[in-house]
Amino acid sequence: MKEIKVALVGTPNVGKSTIYNTLTKSHEHTGNWPGKTVGVSKGECVFEGVKYVFYDLPGTYSLISKSKEEVVATDFVLFEEFDVAVVVCDATSLEKGIGLALQTKEICRNVIVCINLIDEAKKKGISIDYKLLESRLECPVIQASARENIGLKELLKQIRESKESNYLDIDYGVLNPYIQEVQSSIKPVQLNPNWMALKILEKNQYYVNKFKSLGITYKEVRVPDSIDVNLEVTLKMLKKGKEILKGVIFYQTQEYDRKERKIDKILTSKIWGIPIMLAILFVTFYITIVGANYPSSFLFSFFASLEGPIASFLEALSLPNFLVSLIVDGAYKTLYWVVSVMLPPMLIFFPMFTFLEDLGVLPRIAFNMDRAFSKCQACGKQALTMCMGIGCNAVGVTGARIIDSKRERIIAILTNVFMPCNGKFPSLIAIITIFFVGLNKEYGSLLCAGILTIFLFLGILLTFLVSFILSKTILKGEASHFTLELPPYRMPKILDTIIYSVGDRALFVLGRAVSVALPAGIILWVIANVYIGGASILTYLVEFLNPVGVLLGLDGVILLALLLGFPANEIVIPIMLMGYLSTSTLIEMDNLNVLRDILVSNGWTMKTALCFITLFLYRFPCSTTLLTIYRETKSKFYTVLSVLIPLGIGVILCLIINGIF
Amino acid sequence: MITLDKLGIDERAIIHQVKGDEAMRRRLFDLGFVPGENILCVLISPFRDPKAYKIRGNVIAIRNVDARGVVVEYEGD
Repeated sequence: MKEIKVALVGTPNVGKSTIYNTLTKSHEHTGNWPGKTVGVSKGECVFEGVKYVFYDLPGTYSLISKSKEEVVATDFVLFEEFDVAVVVCDATSLEKGIGLALQTKEICRNVIVCINLIDEAKKKGISIDYKLLESRLECPVIQASARENIGLKELLKQIRESKESNYLDIDYGVLNPYIQEVQSSIKPVQLNPNWMALKILEKNQYYVNKFKSLGITYKEVRVPDSIDVNLEVTLKMLKKGKEILKGVIFYQTQEYDRKERKIDKILTSKIWGIPIMLAILFVTFYITIVGANYPSSFLFSFFASLEGPIASFLEALSLPNFLVSLIVDGAYKTLYWVVSVMLPPMLIFFPMFTFLEDLGVLPRIAFNMDRAFSKCQACGKQALTMCMGIGCNAVGVTGARIIDSKRERIIAILTNVFMPCNGKFPSLIAIITIFFVGLNKEYGSLLCAGILTIFLFLGILLTFLVSFILSKTILKGEASHFTLELPPYRMPKILDTIIYSVGDRALFVLGRAVSVALPAGIILWVIANVYIGGASILTYLVEFLNPVGVLLGLDGVILLALLLGFPANEIVIPIMLMGYLSTSTLIEMDNLNVLRDILVSNGWTMKTALCFITLFLYRFPCSTTLLTIYRETKSKFYTVLSVLIPLGIGVILCLIINGIF
Repeated sequence: MITLDKLGIDERAIIHQVKGDEAMRRRLFDLGFVPGENILCVLISPFRDPKAYKIRGNVIAIRNVDARGVVVEYEGD
C-alpha cells in the first residue's frame, strides 16, 4: 500500500489535535487551552487505498523561537522524513497562523494550509476569500471543521496529490546582502540555505551548533549593531503576512467577540472573579459528594454479595482454607472496596472537570490567580495543576507539563499533594460529619461541603507558602516570563467529554489503583492473620507505633492505618477499623452511627479527629502519585522531597494541635 | 507615549517598541506584540496583574513587569 507521511503543524489551540484525533481515531485529549501536546504523537489512517501516517507536532506560535515545543516542531520539519506538512490555521484568527504557515514554507517544500474552525468563523460573521488566499500563498488551502468532520476528506485527497515546490523566499530588506553573503558560502548545500543563513545571522546558538555537528561550514559575517536582526525578521515576516491577508478576511462586524468579552469581564472582575471561581469549585465538589453516595453503596453491596459465591467456588476447587480467606477476605475485598469508593466520584468529577477544561474556563482561573503565584515566584498555570490535583494528584503532577520553566514545574509538582484528591473525600466527609457537623443534621451535607472547602483553603495557603519557601531556598530563581492565551469559549461536545474523561482519566486512575490494591490487600491479610506467639503481626505493629501516635494526638492503630494506606487513601479508615476491632479483614463503614461508636469507644475526641484529618491530608502522596512524580522529574531527590515536605508539615501541625488542646 | 502596563481597560494603542531580554522579546514577537500593531487592553485580573490584551485577534495575558518593556502610543496621537 502506498504510504504518505504527514506532519501536522499549527499554533496552540487551533484544533490541530482534533484533526489528528478524528483522522486517526485516537483519543489524545484536546483541552481548550494551549500547550496540551508536548511530544510528537504518531497515528495512522487508510483512505481510498492509501495509508496516511500523521505526526502531531506540539503547537507553536512560530518556528523561530527557542522554547521546547518550538524546537521539537522545527527540528521535526527540518530533519525528519515526511512527505507533506499540513499547517493548521484558525479561521477566526488567521493573522495568528499565517506567520507559521510562511515559516513552514521557508523550511519545507510541500506544504498544505488547512483552515480549521470555519463553522466558528461563520458564526462570528467572519468570511474568508479562500481562492485569493490560495493564489497568494502559492499552496493548496483546505477549509475544514474537524469537530463537525467537515473538509477532512478533501484534506486527505489534497495530501495525496500535493507536489513539491520551491522554498518560500521572503524579502528581508536590509538583511538581504548579509543573507546572500552567508548563504553563498554554506557547504554542503542542504535545507534552505537562505533560512540557514538567517539562523546564523540571528546567532541562534541551537542551530549554529546543529549545523556544525552536521559538518556544515560557512563564512562568518557580522551584521552592524545598528540592525536589530530579530526585529527585522519579525517585521518582514509580518509584512509578508499582511500582504497575503490583504483583502482576504472580511468581518461583518468588528464586535464579533462582544459576548465573549462580556463573560470574560465577569469571570475576571475584581469583585466577582475569585468568588465565582470558588463557587464553581464548591458546586463541583457538592455534586460529586452527593451524587457519588448512592452508586457507591450500590456497588459495595453488589460486590459484597459476591463474596459468598466466590468463596464457595474456591472451596469447591478444594483450595486450603487460608488460601480462600487470603483471596476473598484479603485481595478481593480490598479490591472491590477501592473500586466502589473510588469509581463513582471519579465518574462524576472527571466529566465535570473535563467540561470546564474544554469550555475554556481553566485559563481564566490561571489568569485570575497568577498574581498570587508570581508573588511566590511561581507560575499562574500552577492553579490549573492544583485543580487537576483535586481530581487526582497523579493527574495534577502529569498536568504540570504545561508549565514551561523547569523550576516552576518542579514547584507545582512538589506542592500538588496539598490539594486533597478525590480519594480522600469519602473518609474526610465521614470524619467531618461525625465529629464536626453531627449526624442526621438538617443541611448536614451542605455544612460538610463547607468545612471541606475550608480544609481546601488551608491546602491552597500551604501551597503558596511552600511554593514561596521553595523558590527562596532550593529552587531559587526569578519568576520566568508568563504569557497565557485566553482562547475563545467553546461549547464542548458532551459525549466526547464523557467518553474521554471516563475512558482515559477515570479508568486510567482506577487501573492504577486496582494494581496497587491487590498486593496491598494480600499484605493486609497477612498482617492481620499471621500470628506469632499468640498475637497477630498487626497487634505488634500497633503496639510499636503507639507511643509515636500518642505524641501526634493519635494512637498506634491510626498511625498504622495511615502508613498502610500508602497505596490508596480510600482504605485508611477500613484498615483502622480492622485494627480497632481486631478482625481479620477490612470493616465496612457505611453506617456512620456504628463508625462513631467504634471511634468514640476507642478514645476518639474532636482533637483526635482534627489530628487525623491533618495527617491524613498532609502525609505523603499515594504510591501512584509518587511513581508519577518520579517519572515526571526523573529525580530521586525531588521524589524524596515530595514525601518529606508534606510529612514534615503534617507532623508539625499535629504536634502543635496536640500541644494546644 | 506610555508603557503597555499603563494602558487602561478598553483603551487602544499602537505598539512602538518592544524591549526586554531576548527570550521574552522573541516570545512577544511571536504572539503579535510587534511595533506597528494595534493593541487593546481587554481584561484586568482581580489583583490588577496580569492584564490581557487583544492583539491580532487573540487575547493574550502578560504580567505588568513584562508589559513595562512594551512602549505604546495612543491611537491618533
